Amino acid sequence: MSEQLLLSLISGISIAGSAAYLGTLMLSRKMAVIAGPLGHLALPGAALAIVYGFSISLGAFPFVVLGIIVIWLLEIRTKLAMEALTAIVFATGVATAFLFLPIDKAEAALVGDISRVGVHETVASLILGSIVVATTRRSYSRIMLINIHEDVARSEGVNVKLYNLVYLSAIAIVVALGVDLVGGLMTAALVAIPAAAARNVSRTLSQFGTAAGLFGVISSTLGIIVSAMTQLPAGPLVILTSAVIFLVTVPLAKA
Amino acid sequence: MEANLLDVRDFSVSLEKVPVISNLSFAVQSGEFLTILGPNGSGKTVLLKALLGLLPHTGELKWRGKPRIGYLPQGFNQISVRDLPLTVTDFFGLKKIGAAKIPALLELVGIDGSVIGRKAGHLSGGEFQRMLVAWVLASNPDVLFLDEPTTAIDAAGGETIYSLLKKNWQNQSLTILNVTHDLNIVYAHSTHVLCLSRFGHKCFGVPKDVLTPDVLHDLYGTEVKLYSH
Repeated sequence: MSEQLLLSLISGISIAGSAAYLGTLMLSRKMAVIAGPLGHLALPGAALAIVYGFSISLGAFPFVVLGIIVIWLLEIRTKLAMEALTAIVFATGVATAFLFLPIDKAEAALVGDISRVGVHETVASLILGSIVVATTRRSYSRIMLINIHEDVARSEGVNVKLYNLVYLSAIAIVVALGVDLVGGLMTAALVAIPAAAARNVSRTLSQFGTAAGLFGVISSTLGIIVSAMTQLPAGPLVILTSAVIFLVTVPLAKA
Repeated sequence: MEANLLDVRDFSVSLEKVPVISNLSFAVQSGEFLTILGPNGSGKTVLLKALLGLLPHTGELKWRGKPRIGYLPQGFNQISVRDLPLTVTDFFGLKKIGAAKIPALLELVGIDGSVIGRKAGHLSGGEFQRMLVAWVLASNPDVLFLDEPTTAIDAAGGETIYSLLKKNWQNQSLTILNVTHDLNIVYAHSTHVLCLSRFGHKCFGVPKDVLTPDVLHDLYGTEVKLYSH
């Protein structure tokens, strides 16, 4: 196995595993789709990173954080449904990106390019992915209670603002990292598909989180290996593998 | 004489600048079962949420000490968790209650411990409501806020819930603040009643003293007949 493939696999597994685990909380809050517009909003950052030659995730991160703040403020201010905000943020992100993004280099921003990831980016993905998993695991029951009934969580003494901040920060990290793996167009799939497949086969919360993480790891591993063998882009292959796993779990879905 | 557990004075709550509760004053002592009664839109749920600190208010709201609070909100039923892979054990785990303690807690509310592996969203309406009572009592609250806890269940199930609550209320020195539309509940279980109406009328006191036909007429804006066979 080449050193580059090993780096790609470590990065991909860290990103997809942590995104999928966090995805179980996003799915239970009916928020999995929010990763989509955030990924699109990361595109201008990815474009700047490509133009000036630095890490795509690094470029994406401030734009994702900005996107989360914008969506949060717009929701409070306008009380608009999440679908409407999604459409606004989606369009703004894509439009801004295409003002700056050199079209001949657009592929890496749109569908990701994990095959050229460096040592520093791999280490960063591993550390940040581990932090997301550890933080999510520690806050899981509290965030799930907030997802189920926010007022009950408050009355139980849960600091809802703090946990929402932790939760949104974790989303910002996985989306920014996800742009490297699957590009700005498909980050929602990275959190939503493994979590949805895990829900099909799980009876308990513990099975839900474990299965999602496992499906994320399997799809990124297979996607990256098939990419290395066929020279097709890894991002779409990771997502397609994930979709196949989801389809396999459909007959097993527990009502 | 012991100080009031809760003192509420000149208490007002507005939603989007529209006044819902205006200049309300009442007090609750430890161990009371206070029912908040009133027609739709009179602000019962708003009052409960404001007392819980979930909505902003003006006026005085003073608790004696820092009581542990339990809250069962309106509309919290099995549909809230139906789409989740969440067993009864997981549900108690949300407030860090270990699996070993759950069967005894369920027994308190008349549910067989064998349900712990079942999905919470697959329990019947009555079972889920009873489980919620066990869940909210599990952290030994001093004060229990209930917002129409028996809305989605039949009359017998509702009576069972209130009997269970009353048993725990007596055994644990609970103080209960309960919102309901059901006058039977007021007469059967409450030590005190607080009436809210859309027309600003309020009453507060012992049910048999304050719930006169005239007060009920003022409260609902129409004659309220109490039938018996």
